[in-house]
Amino acid sequence: MTKLNTYEAAVAAYEPVLGLETHIELDTNTKMFCGCSTTFGAEPNTQVCPVCLALPGALPVANKAAVEATIKIGLALNCRIAEWTRFARKNYFYPDMPKNFQTSQYEEPLCEDGYVEVTVDGESYRVEIERVHLEEDTGKTLHVGGATGRIHGATESLVDYNRAGIPLVEIVTRPVPGTGALAPEVARAYTAELRDIVRSLGVSDVRMEQGSLRCDVNLSLNKSGDEWGTRTETKNVNSLRSVERAVRYEIRRQSALLDAGDKIHQETRHFHEATGETSPGRSKEEATDYRYFPEPDLAVMEPGREWVEELRASLPEPPRQRRERLQAEWGLGDKEMQSVVNADAVDLIAATIAAGASASGAVKWWLGELSRRANESGAELGSLAITPAQVAELQGMVDDGRLNDKLARQVIDGVLAGEGGPAAVAAARGLEVVSDTGALEAAVDEAIAANPDVAEKIRGGKHAAAGALIGAVMKATKGQADAGTVRQIILDKLS
Amino acid sequence: MGERTIDQTAAHIAEAIREGRTSAYSVTEAFLDRIDAVDGTVKAFLHVDREGALATAAEVDAAIAAGEELGPLAGVPIAIKDVVVTKDMPTTAASKILEGWIPPYDATITERVKAAKMPILGKTNLDEFAMGSSTEYSAYRQTANPWDTGRIPGGSGGGSAAAVAAKMAPLAIGTDTGGSIRQPGAVTGTFGAKPTYGSNSRYGLIAFSSSLDTPGPVARNALDAALLHEVISGHDPRDSTTIDAPVPPVVEAARSGASGDLSGVKLGVVKEFAEGSAAAEPGVVEAYQAGVDQLVKLGAQIVEVSCPSFTYALPTYYLIAPSEASSNLARYDGVRYGLRAGDDGKRSLEEVMSLTREAGFGPEVKRRIILGTYALSAGYVDQFYGQAQKVRTLIKRDFEAAFGECDALISPTTPFIAFKFGERTGDPYQMYLADLYTIPTNLYGGPGVSVPVGLSEGMPVGLQVMGPVMGDDITYRVAAALESTQETLLADTAPEIEGK
Repeated sequence: MTKLNTYEAAVAAYEPVLGLETHIELDTNTKMFCGCSTTFGAEPNTQVCPVCLALPGALPVANKAAVEATIKIGLALNCRIAEWTRFARKNYFYPDMPKNFQTSQYEEPLCEDGYVEVTVDGESYRVEIERVHLEEDTGKTLHVGGATGRIHGATESLVDYNRAGIPLVEIVTRPVPGTGALAPEVARAYTAELRDIVRSLGVSDVRMEQGSLRCDVNLSLNKSGDEWGTRTETKNVNSLRSVERAVRYEIRRQSALLDAGDKIHQETRHFHEATGETSPGRSKEEATDYRYFPEPDLAVMEPGREWVEELRASLPEPPRQRRERLQAEWGLGDKEMQSVVNADAVDLIAATIAAGASASGAVKWWLGELSRRANESGAELGSLAITPAQVAELQGMVDDGRLNDKLARQVIDGVLAGEGGPAAVAAARGLEVVSDTGALEAAVDEAIAANPDVAEKIRGGKHAAAGALIGAVMKATKGQADAGTVRQIILDKLS
Repeated sequence: MGERTIDQTAAHIAEAIREGRTSAYSVTEAFLDRIDAVDGTVKAFLHVDREGALATAAEVDAAIAAGEELGPLAGVPIAIKDVVVTKDMPTTAASKILEGWIPPYDATITERVKAAKMPILGKTNLDEFAMGSSTEYSAYRQTANPWDTGRIPGGSGGGSAAAVAAKMAPLAIGTDTGGSIRQPGAVTGTFGAKPTYGSNSRYGLIAFSSSLDTPGPVARNALDAALLHEVISGHDPRDSTTIDAPVPPVVEAARSGASGDLSGVKLGVVKEFAEGSAAAEPGVVEAYQAGVDQLVKLGAQIVEVSCPSFTYALPTYYLIAPSEASSNLARYDGVRYGLRAGDDGKRSLEEVMSLTREAGFGPEVKRRIILGTYALSAGYVDQFYGQAQKVRTLIKRDFEAAFGECDALISPTTPFIAFKFGERTGDPYQMYLADLYTIPTNLYGGPGVSVPVGLSEGMPVGLQVMGPVMGDDITYRVAAALESTQETLLADTAPEIEGK
């Protein structure tokens, strides 16, 4: 068994240094070096051509839209955009890489020297970006017949080249020291911020669960005042929560090794979603020599300064700035806004407000009932089958007194079940508040007759006792009465 | 010139077809029959497509009958070096690793040849993956020099050169990475042109060394080559290293050169090519010098230029080309196409890849992959690949400086005449020397042609004309002028081949 320290003991004794490498699949219409479609989920090997299959003689041509998207990302990360940049070949053999080299960038990346500001617990951290470069994705290998799904023990290996050649942007941070016990949260906040920035640019759907945003987490520990320690690189950490857990686990694992006087091996490690643990992958000492050299099949790129400035001018409001603005507009406290961000609800709430809801109403529904539904079904908030416009409509019906909260929740059931918009569901399910006072008065009279002792207490001035009668009326009307109206009728009758 | 169709130049054949004096079909048939008659001896072809060639020829005849306007080489048959992919026609790069592979697409060059309505006779032999100077490294057959079937036809494009020299094709496509069009041209008495790098598309040319590979024409004289040059050249959006500029007017240059006037043209002779061990063998020097004298008679002025970095061209080439090759040839792993060896269901993926490459690649290809892998390895890349790139820049500067003093450079194409089979396979360096004078042009990126200049020991000798980048026209002009001094084209004086 791997020995682990408690997290508290680990961060009391050691200072972590973080580093993050993130791969983002761009959602260009065509692949990086050919005209094949990039649509996700097509039949295997249907989106391929001589170029992305690396047939003899085929040559790449760089996709300008991908270059543009990468420059936008670089600008949004406060990078310097290269005036002269080129591709390079990273040579290694792997069956899902058709050329047995990856066309990437090496010494001359498209963007360099940027930073991202993140806030954790009210504290601001600047994560420095070393480089942003453009490369191509590999295909996908499926190992069939083995117990583990890995190549070991498999009877057959199938390769799907649909993904081969999809443009991939790699964003590499400089080492991030000084985060102390908050290292896991800083790693998570950085990844979330990066995702939001890229999403705001509209160049990738950045969906971690579909692999369009993938993280490698580097971590080392050192005693205060000492030099930085040997790092491990945990590959393919594919959710925000996993980023946090992977950092936490490595801090606990490495500190236990160091306490025992052992050395940390520089190696890549796998992250296991189920247990939150990491396990050793390939050791860096036996790592492949990639034999990088400039790609002779592609022309050098010299992004014109005018073009770069045009792109800079076209950038949307940065997510962090936008959040600060919205927080002020919505009148939310820091904690509440943090909940909105954590629930990934900023855009949903903004859209709901834009559709006419009040800020408090929009926040209430998305953070309350709808977050609960999402959690229950393990879905993301944004993937629920209800639109911001429908939430706004629902809130409007509550504001008008046509729905109470209980009925509104039933309306949500209907909307999520695909029965239509809120008004349609309310009508079809008969969920409107009973506003016919004649019917309500009759129900109140019945309740009074059935509960003479309660009625007596109210007559005696104990207005709080009205709750019992309200409950009876609500039960009789199947919840379709407005509680305030019922209360008023009861008090009128018994005073 | 003889009376037979196969003795005619491409320009004459094209004209005869256009004017209805002959049909594309009968022309194509004549060349196919010639292949049947002598290729058993010469062994220039790896694949012959009789049916396809005749079908194209029939289309041309129908189009002419219908009064359609056709390109300048319509109906003129052509052979294509088997390193250029041809849809639905086997393409092997003369390697076992691609045996049986049928490309699903056409190279840009192939497309342009097809668009020009030129019947494709078949695919010609070469050194495996175009690595070699004798075609002896073909995995399939040993092509003979039509002038002496005991000798090599040059390489790597020995098949294309021998096919043209033996009159099995009036024209052929070659590729030139370090001299693979020009050196075979020189030793077979044919005309070969390596165009400016980037003026001809490499899309569909099976890569050996991407920054050096250049497809170009193989012909019997400058004008035929120029006609083909204009058919295949020009920018290609599928090859981002092609130059988006008009093709130099090589046909016009070949015609103007044929008038035999070179007054005002300054030709540079590279001092370093004549010094010490770099000097060509005496018979070659003699034939070349006689050619230089002819050029002077036509009005050309000869100046000596110094290109000190040319001394390092050969080692520079043998670092850059193998480095790129080691990466370009990585794709031949048995996973997607071609040979797969040792896949018995028990061996690992790495073992199968390794066994495939062991079985599929020949000795010269392996030598270069190992050389290139080493030159790019961590710890060595700076002193080998990196250093070679720096010298390459110096060689470019030498050319640029030289073209400040003259219009074109001239030299023998290769230091020695066609050698006998097996003479140089034992010592790679001796083989590499064949490209001593052609390699600098590839490293620079400019154009170079080899034009037959005379004989030594009864074997052809070539004169090379090198021009500035995108100055292909001057090389054709000088070469055509030299041809104009010859009573008979050297290509027409080859001994008759005994059929087998």
